[in-house]
Amino acid sequence: MSASAVPATARWRPAIAARRRRGRTFLWLCYAATAFGILSLAVLLGDVLVKGAPGLSWDFVTGFPSRLASRSGVLAALVGTFYVALIVVAVAFPVGIGTAVWLEEYARPGALRRILQTNIGNLAGVPSIIYGMLGLAVFVRALALQRSLIAGGLTIAILVLPVVIISSQEALRAVPVSLRHASLALGATRWETLRHHVLPAAAPGILTGTILALSRAVGEAAPIILISSIAFIAFLPDGLLDQFTILPIQIFIWTSKPQEEFHAIAASAIVVLLALLLTLNAAAIVLRDRARRSARW
Amino acid sequence: MTVLARRKRTEAAVNGLLLAAVAVTVLTTFGIVAVLAFETVGFFREVSPLDFFAGTEWTPLFEPKRFGVLPLVAGTLLVAGIAMALATPLGLVIAVYLAEYAPARVRSIVKPFLEVLAGIPTVVFGYFALTFVTPNVLQRLVPGTEVFNAAAAGIVVGLMVLPLIATISEDAMAAVPRSLREGAYALGATDLEVALRVVAPAALSGIAAGLILAVSRAIGETMAVAIAAGSTPVLTLDPFRSVQTMTGYIAQVSLGDTPQQSIEFKTIFAVGMTLFGMTLALNVASQSLVRRFRNVYQ
Repeated sequence: MSASAVPATARWRPAIAARRRRGRTFLWLCYAATAFGILSLAVLLGDVLVKGAPGLSWDFVTGFPSRLASRSGVLAALVGTFYVALIVVAVAFPVGIGTAVWLEEYARPGALRRILQTNIGNLAGVPSIIYGMLGLAVFVRALALQRSLIAGGLTIAILVLPVVIISSQEALRAVPVSLRHASLALGATRWETLRHHVLPAAAPGILTGTILALSRAVGEAAPIILISSIAFIAFLPDGLLDQFTILPIQIFIWTSKPQEEFHAIAASAIVVLLALLLTLNAAAIVLRDRARRSARW
Repeated sequence: MTVLARRKRTEAAVNGLLLAAVAVTVLTTFGIVAVLAFETVGFFREVSPLDFFAGTEWTPLFEPKRFGVLPLVAGTLLVAGIAMALATPLGLVIAVYLAEYAPARVRSIVKPFLEVLAGIPTVVFGYFALTFVTPNVLQRLVPGTEVFNAAAAGIVVGLMVLPLIATISEDAMAAVPRSLREGAYALGATDLEVALRVVAPAALSGIAAGLILAVSRAIGETMAVAIAAGSTPVLTLDPFRSVQTMTGYIAQVSLGDTPQQSIEFKTIFAVGMTLFGMTLALNVASQSLVRRFRNVYQ
């Protein structure tokens, strides 16, 4: 052992210790940040549950809004939300999946495809209230649909369209190219290949993505502020051209009232909304797991 | 008609249908730009753009009418600034933890939590800001905090964009090749040095893209700020006062009984155009960063 090696180690040892200590400190910072995130969520959910649970009853779910908080219910909003979701499923899903199929399976790589893809990315980033302005100008005014269920549903459908497209594209991309090649080599047309092989293989992935898009649609309120008449809606929509309200809007209205008792029923309505979203997300997770297990490649 | 001819016809019909679907996204973009531009031009016929973009007073709903958008922009930036001040350090630290430190079991617990946080409707965050954050946190820490204030709105918007920052940054760091880490370890770097001096810089453009996207989301967020930030368009940096954001103003006018053909109502399109311009610039910046990032490691 040379004489200089010992001092060198001695010189490094404290530095190593300090560097390791810094690492441990950072790890504690990691724990703290993660704990803060989880804790915030827990406090939010706990707060809503504690304030909202007492007001939950069958009468609340099947009642109409009232001037009295104690007699108010969410039925009109719940039914409105359900119909808006149906319109989203009927409009955004076929259009979105169709767009994804064209971009992934039909479009040749090139400027057109790149421009369309960039456009979809940008649409995904447009603030939701701007979609409300589009809906107000196009559906409510130009197409004279008034402040109706169909105007609101179409607006939300357009809003979640980019999400449907992007998640469907990912699902299609996950299907191996060899599957397509095999089918085309046997003489199938592109549509036959799609219908019999690619779409069935991608279906669980597409479904998962679209359900998540649907849960975004169900929680969205901002565009509907411009579309629905925020008046007292104490009836169920009878047709597509009827006035309507949705759960997030009802929550917004009750939260905006100064009286404490309306805040309490807002919390109850939030519990109903979160339960609805939880159901949708659970469905998506089950589908995702099933898809993973049944993957054939 | 032969079978082959029929199959070819089906093929053409499907192609046509799919193109029609694709056209919807293009029409949406044109629709948004056309609607905003048309109404904004109408607005600028009556109000000079200079007064709009440089004015410091926003009182379009009562006399004397002033159309200076700066108070709304300032309110928006104040809320977004508070949100980013909270979400950036938290989101980045969580991302580093998940990408570099956390064992698989911890990741499988933390990631669903982030997904749930990301899936909570924004109106719920607004409720939380108004009925919990303001009375139980802010008014206790800072007596004199107004019922509606920028801080509470900023805090919940921060919680809202936290999952976005954490997941995008984590993805960016996970995409950094293993060889870079191993090279650094071989040279004697500690875990922290590998994470902060090797992986994070290599993932920088991806992380930056996520942060920009978060700013854009914070600026465009409506429900939480409409509920919690207030409706007082003032030029202030005091986070404990009531302010008004651009989205909050649009919501306020839409909820009121302002006649739709009036100049007052047209203001929401001019404000919407400003908002759209800001978020579009941020989104384009974010996308170009992502593209550069992809080019490096794929």
